[in-house]
Amino acid sequence: MEKLSFTMKPSTPATGTRARAIVGVVASGNLEVLLERNLPANICIIDIATAARGFAAVWEAVIEDFVTRRPAGGLHISINDGGARPDMVSLRLAQGVRLIEELEA
Amino acid sequence: MTSENSWYEAGARQRVAALLDPGSFAEFIGPEQREISPHLAIFDLPEQFDDGIIVGHGTLEGRRILVAAQEGRFMGGAFGEVHGAKLTGLLRAARTLGEPVLILFDTGGVRLQEANAGELAIAEIMRALVEARMAGVQVVGLIGGRAGCYGGGSLIAGCCSALIVSEQGRISVSGPEVIETNKGIEEFDSRDRALVWRTMGGKHRYLIGGADAFADDDVLAFREAALIVLAGNGRLDADVLEAEQQRLEHRLHRFGKAHDAIDIWTDIGVSEPTEIPGLATDEFLRRTTNKRETANGAR
Repeated sequence: MEKLSFTMKPSTPATGTRARAIVGVVASGNLEVLLERNLPANICIIDIATAARGFAAVWEAVIEDFVTRRPAGGLHISINDGGARPDMVSLRLAQGVRLIEELEA
Repeated sequence: MTSENSWYEAGARQRVAALLDPGSFAEFIGPEQREISPHLAIFDLPEQFDDGIIVGHGTLEGRRILVAAQEGRFMGGAFGEVHGAKLTGLLRAARTLGEPVLILFDTGGVRLQEANAGELAIAEIMRALVEARMAGVQVVGLIGGRAGCYGGGSLIAGCCSALIVSEQGRISVSGPEVIETNKGIEEFDSRDRALVWRTMGGKHRYLIGGADAFADDDVLAFREAALIVLAGNGRLDADVLEAEQQRLEHRLHRFGKAHDAIDIWTDIGVSEPTEIPGLATDEFLRRTTNKRETANGAR
């Protein structure tokens, strides 16, 4: 397993009030994303544990893109990755910020 | 056959959300607590924050209920130490609280990387389940996921008050590949999907009393079936066990020499038995009314 951590400065804080959300599953080509709203609104920390070693540069590119496009400020995002492709990672991150915006069920 | 609300296609969290009254579910030891497996890191394998099982409480038609749901896509829904301990704890709570339990099975059995801890977990769960039942608590299993219900999971299912199964659900101690590896392809061809479903699938299990209710592959169909099953009593005592022992002895005597499930369906008097695998739920239930064997709250 390879562990990576990125501290980002997103331009937009996450919306909604939900404390946390989880999407996805740890399976081949898939990943789980746990989002917790417990950081200052101008920071987003993303911790990754991945089964695929040597892709730090790809992760960084996907995460740069994510914090530029999505409201991610204030979120601590933890990822368990089962070897997902970058498009799947982007999709799960987008799903995650969408879910944490929703009202508590 | 899949639908928008397919049980088979849904993940564990989606199943729980759709099964219980909307918004009623509250999780115990949620993923944010990160109670992960202590074994997987040793094998350099990915972990999941909930270790592949969700436990909690909610309501079903306003009645309080405890629920456990396995995620069949994470390591085949297999039981490890933490995964098992969460279910054991839920069943012990059920006994103390006197509240019924739904177990949403989706498992290949014990997680091999956690061998002894996983096997112990199965034994602890079975004990906790039987103790809950002896105290009058109903424990109902729901089976219709992609991993089926195999190995130790099938032993736990066998201890339940009742089982609800869909056509997609499979229940067996040994999986198709295990049988083929140990006994040869002449005994069981694991690549023959029709044979696998005919032997282990929901329709066959329902017909021979291995499951008590048959549901469409739909989360609302499972919910309806759960409400009906929970209206029963789920009694477990010496008389129930004795009656079930006699039924199983009789079943073995009657069907022990059968080479294929179709032989059994023919024997119990189902019309056009070769058509059974292709029948939609309504027609399947119509054709098999009063033909199937029924279990005695233990199997």
